[in-house]
Amino acid sequence: MDLSIIRDSLGLYLQGLWTTIWMVAVAVLVGLALSIPLSVARTSKNPLLNWPVWAYTYFFRGTPLLIQLFLIYYGLGQFPVVQNSVLWPLLKEAWFCAVLAFALNTAAYTTEILRGAIEVTPTGEIEAAKAAGMSPLLMLRRIVLPSAFRRAIPAYGNEVIFMLHGSAVASVVTIIDLTGAARLVQSRYYAPFEAFITAGLFYLAITFGLIWLFRGLEHRLHAHLRRPVA
Amino acid sequence: MLNLQGYGQGLLAGTLLTVEAALASLLVAVALGALGALAKTSHSVVARAVAEFYTTVIRGVPDLVLMLLIFFGGQILVNSIAESLGYEDYIDVSAFMAGVLTIGFVYGAYMTETFRGAILAVPPGQLEAAQAFGMSRWQVFREVLLPQTVRYALPGFGNNWLVLLKTTALLSVIGLADLLFLAGKAAGSTRMPFTFYLAAALIYLVLTALSTMLLGWAERRAERPYRRAGHGS
Repeated sequence: MDLSIIRDSLGLYLQGLWTTIWMVAVAVLVGLALSIPLSVARTSKNPLLNWPVWAYTYFFRGTPLLIQLFLIYYGLGQFPVVQNSVLWPLLKEAWFCAVLAFALNTAAYTTEILRGAIEVTPTGEIEAAKAAGMSPLLMLRRIVLPSAFRRAIPAYGNEVIFMLHGSAVASVVTIIDLTGAARLVQSRYYAPFEAFITAGLFYLAITFGLIWLFRGLEHRLHAHLRRPVA
Repeated sequence: MLNLQGYGQGLLAGTLLTVEAALASLLVAVALGALGALAKTSHSVVARAVAEFYTTVIRGVPDLVLMLLIFFGGQILVNSIAESLGYEDYIDVSAFMAGVLTIGFVYGAYMTETFRGAILAVPPGQLEAAQAFGMSRWQVFREVLLPQTVRYALPGFGNNWLVLLKTTALLSVIGLADLLFLAGKAAGSTRMPFTFYLAAALIYLVLTALSTMLLGWAERRAERPYRRAGHGS
């Protein structure tokens, strides 16, 4: 191991680290925002609401993220309509396509996680809300969703970590994220061990940070379920 | 349907390679997973620590990073070992080898956790009863532990397989002529990237759908001996 290579490239790695963090953060937030209405539609008994969402999550969970990224980044340009649209200045940017692909991908997984959590809402909670005279929308906002979020936290934490790891494919479409930085270092010095182990350690650190964060969140949100200290 | 401009044959050849790589990786993953699970449930502190390190590190790093590390680093490592043994020629680590080893190595860690959970799900009383019955350790493993472990492990195993299958798309990044690689070639020469990447995506969708069907069948079969009377079907 030649540590001087790592020292000389530290700036590049930090830049890549920042790119990875903001891309994943934006994708995860947009994905979460999308998944809330989608999961409600997915649990609806109306097939017109339920089916399209099912097809969407089936496609995005059944195909590789890398292909989804290629479809958006390389694929959309095939259509003149897209090239002439107002969105083209954004859609020809690699970073925008990557964030879009990540957000759509994580929204699909999050929708199914939330669907599962909504479906096991205790009947008593719903009956109590109805007995209290809540409208369906109010019940959704005050009872069903908060209760589902709490149950979904452990699975959702895993999904965020999968998204972090999945984001490494951004480097395939020229983005200098953490993996992109490592690939640049590898091509500059031909030092694969230094290049990729350094990137791996950064990912490991973020992963541990996320695990810690979600444990804390779970602890807080489940405060009312903890036994009082005797 | 999609007009593939005569590239359909090529895509099928790529699909075959993708499936081969996925199955070979699965073999490595299952072997490592079994080894890892036995290490994690063993009495040896060293074995447990090694297995813990393996699963923690592997599950904390993106598979693409590990794949690039093994593809580029493996080349250097293999050749320096060969050189120290007095071997002169340059050894080329193929993309297939590096890819299969990496994917197998990564999903071995996930399999370890799945298998460990399945082993722990078998009630210890059954193992003690088998021992008290005079069965040898091998018999306890073969007759009591293994059949039930398979049953408990199947759902997790199926999940891991589906994720593994989709991960094979990364093999195109290290230059293996798999489905995605060939779709990219066809996309480039026809200038129809959407058509060809969509075709690749749909092929993956068919593969995952087929896998889900097979796994559902296997799970129902594994449940068969445990079904209670009076439940019909």
